Amino acid sequence: MSDIATPDIEIDRSKGNFSFKEDYKYDAGVGLTEKTIDYISDVKGEEQWVRDFRKKALKIFKDKPLPTHWASKDLETINFDDVRYYLSKGQKASRTWDEVPDDVKETFERLGIPESERKYLAGVEAQFDSEAAYSKMKDELAKQGVIFVGPHEGLHEHPEIFKKFFGKVIPIGDNKFSALNSACFSGGSFIYVPKGVKVKQPLQAYFRINAENFGQFERTLIIADEGSEVTYMEGCTAPKFDTATLHAAVVELVALKGAKLQYITVQNWSNNVFNLVTKRGMAEEDAEVRWIDCNIGSRLTMKYPGVILRGERARGEVLSIALASDGQHQDTGAKMIHGANNTTSNIIAKSISVGQGRSTYRGQVVMPKHLTHCKNNTECDALLINTNSRTDTYPAITVRGDHNSVQHEASVSKVSAEQIFYMQQRGLDEGTAMSLAVNGFVNDLVREFPMEYSVELKRLIDLEMEGSVG
Amino acid sequence: MPTLDTLTFDDESFQAHVADFVSTPWLQNLKREAWAEFQRLPMPARTDETWRFSDLRKISLDGFKPATEPHTEEREALLDRSHLVDGFAGRLVFGDNHLLAFDEVDPELAAKGVIWKPLPQAIREHPELVKKYLAAEDHKLGGDKLRALHYAFLQGGSFLYVPKGVEIEKPFVAYYWSCHCEEAIFPHTLLVAEDNAKVNFVDYYGSKECDCDCPALSIAAAATVAGPGAQVFRKVVQDYHLNTTSFQLEANIGHKDAVIKSLALNLGSQYARMENQTRIAEPGANVHVYSLTVATGEQEFDQRTLQTHGAPSAFSDLLYKNALLDKSRTIFSGMILVEPDAQQTDAYQTNRNLLLSPQAEANSLPGLEIEANDVKCSHGATTGQIDDDQLYYLRSRGIPKEVAYELLVFGFFEEIIEKFDNEELKDNVRALVQRKFSNQ
Repeated sequence: MSDIATPDIEIDRSKGNFSFKEDYKYDAGVGLTEKTIDYISDVKGEEQWVRDFRKKALKIFKDKPLPTHWASKDLETINFDDVRYYLSKGQKASRTWDEVPDDVKETFERLGIPESERKYLAGVEAQFDSEAAYSKMKDELAKQGVIFVGPHEGLHEHPEIFKKFFGKVIPIGDNKFSALNSACFSGGSFIYVPKGVKVKQPLQAYFRINAENFGQFERTLIIADEGSEVTYMEGCTAPKFDTATLHAAVVELVALKGAKLQYITVQNWSNNVFNLVTKRGMAEEDAEVRWIDCNIGSRLTMKYPGVILRGERARGEVLSIALASDGQHQDTGAKMIHGANNTTSNIIAKSISVGQGRSTYRGQVVMPKHLTHCKNNTECDALLINTNSRTDTYPAITVRGDHNSVQHEASVSKVSAEQIFYMQQRGLDEGTAMSLAVNGFVNDLVREFPMEYSVELKRLIDLEMEGSVG
Repeated sequence: MPTLDTLTFDDESFQAHVADFVSTPWLQNLKREAWAEFQRLPMPARTDETWRFSDLRKISLDGFKPATEPHTEEREALLDRSHLVDGFAGRLVFGDNHLLAFDEVDPELAAKGVIWKPLPQAIREHPELVKKYLAAEDHKLGGDKLRALHYAFLQGGSFLYVPKGVEIEKPFVAYYWSCHCEEAIFPHTLLVAEDNAKVNFVDYYGSKECDCDCPALSIAAAATVAGPGAQVFRKVVQDYHLNTTSFQLEANIGHKDAVIKSLALNLGSQYARMENQTRIAEPGANVHVYSLTVATGEQEFDQRTLQTHGAPSAFSDLLYKNALLDKSRTIFSGMILVEPDAQQTDAYQTNRNLLLSPQAEANSLPGLEIEANDVKCSHGATTGQIDDDQLYYLRSRGIPKEVAYELLVFGFFEEIIEKFDNEELKDNVRALVQRKFSNQ
């Protein structure tokens, strides 16, 4: 059989591709200096230790070289002096939609935020550029002691809870971009779930970039106290500007003894966004941290969610779907650092490269000596759609100790001609067949997303395949 | 461990060395360029991706000088031990870069155009042929500085050329012995098989027996060129003294429909780095790369491999097995590179680490870079212990635990050992492995 016609795929980003004119009350201007830091700290009215933390981070950021000895040279095209580091309308996060400024409200309404909140969310925060525009959690959760606020409120109003773990899972100097975030973080979520509280419905944050040349640096810290359970979801979009936009978040998760923490991301930035995110969780005894990560947008994503398995029988998991099309490089992966006996970790990563897209898996699994009975399983599967699509796999595995075992498997394939032929023979057209095959490839992972998200993901993949063949 | 009056590779020793090659100006030039390159390049650094996880403290070129000639007693002792395979088609023995024995090829084969000579002699008698292949392949796995030093001081070595259509069953064998303390040897094997030729080759790297506790250095290079339809099978045994620092820089080039098999057994050295790169230059080539390492004590085995598919419809498979005891370390870093035009590629890569001690450390970096879509590529890496279920099965049949354990470990080795298809060689190799394993 002849080659399958190679689909010419258009990604559906129409939903997020609009912006409003900029009228910001606070604008830190372009470039990043101590003055920028002072400006942000002044606007926020921060305590001295936070200001010092930011300044220390700024120095580390300036001193650290770009990691281009292993990472994409594309990073060199970021001009940090042209980025705007803080933009806000001076809004306080509103508790009702009516108080949200009209253009911001319209932004989120077009993205379907209030609608989904009514339907299935326990709490929502919507961030517009540097600050949250809307934040609301169900009253019953507040009564149970759940805290869901921004980092400023978190550090200011609940220092006894958040200060202890802030910057501890991901130290400032972890990498250049975590240092950048630590210097100019603004917005994000600080969540605390008290002992034994099980939050049944997910909490959600929505991140929106509206201004050109803007850098968004949200910071999230989630603490699940002993025996508690929580699921957090984040979504992100930005309009498509002519110049590149920067997004460098830091997300720290802490699952104390027996807690279960699940963090779900659907990343659909427009494809001129540099998405350089540091995400790491810490799991104490019997705790579980799961990252469910889907990367569809951005120009370059570098994101390797990790779990530090600190307590016995802790469990870490990363499930990842990446879709790279023309002009995109999805450099994603996972890190599992085993730090106690009987810990287990699982990584399943699937990537699809379309057109000239490039998807990369980078992983790290570490089992130090003196540990026993630790297990890791890693599976990476890559699907290449067009002849010039590209995929890379760079895992790094270090194992010591007694009765530890690690297995890693990766495979690369294309949609087989036989599959397509089989479906066509049963009356499906080639485009539908292709779309079905691609959906089948990621199906077992898509099912792990909450219903609403998995439907959206399937729709997205269908849309891409539509009109692409024949 | 540099002594007070640290020996080193200096300009003086290089000039003295290169003066010996006055009759071959092209080689002098190659050496001068290599020397300049060696001086220009920095030592490997922690941030070099190709040296990730390597314990750079174990690598030092200080304190070494080019080797001197072994004396008569040493020669005889080494020749006595140069019997890994006696049913050979040709044999070369080098001690500290100097030729100790040369068993020529059968006159009948020589008449057909087979050339089997020590490299210096081949350079004199067949300069055009050697020039075409010597140092011809770009090196991609990080050992550039070592490679430059190798070519700057290259002196001995083996050259084998098998012309079109000639098939030789018996293996050619080259022994490279390291004798003296604080001296460096530069073994070199250049193996060229023309269209539809068939050849077997064995390289043995070893050290003089001694209770000495002084360092030695070996920087070996080897190239295998398999022409269209040629079948080349090369086996390498590295069994240096535990004070040796060893580098093996190997390149395989496969042309249309060529079959290359490369099989390595690694036992010796305090630090041994193997860089094995394979380039599929034309369609239809079929390449197998196998390796077995038994690491004990505080040994470190640093293995870097690259399978480059530069042409379509080819096959390559790689299997690296490491057994780790005591406080040993291994690093396996493999890469399958499929270039944009190399459609219909089948490429596989497997690394299996057997941890037999809680203090041992296995690092695995199995990589893929795929730029064509119609490919079947996979890699797998596992690290684990002897399977408790298998142990239980054997014990339930009355086999004592220690014996059962040893059986399972030897079973792990046997998958590679059985690929040394020559019976005599297989027995000798098995004995080497068992001796090393049971000396624990």
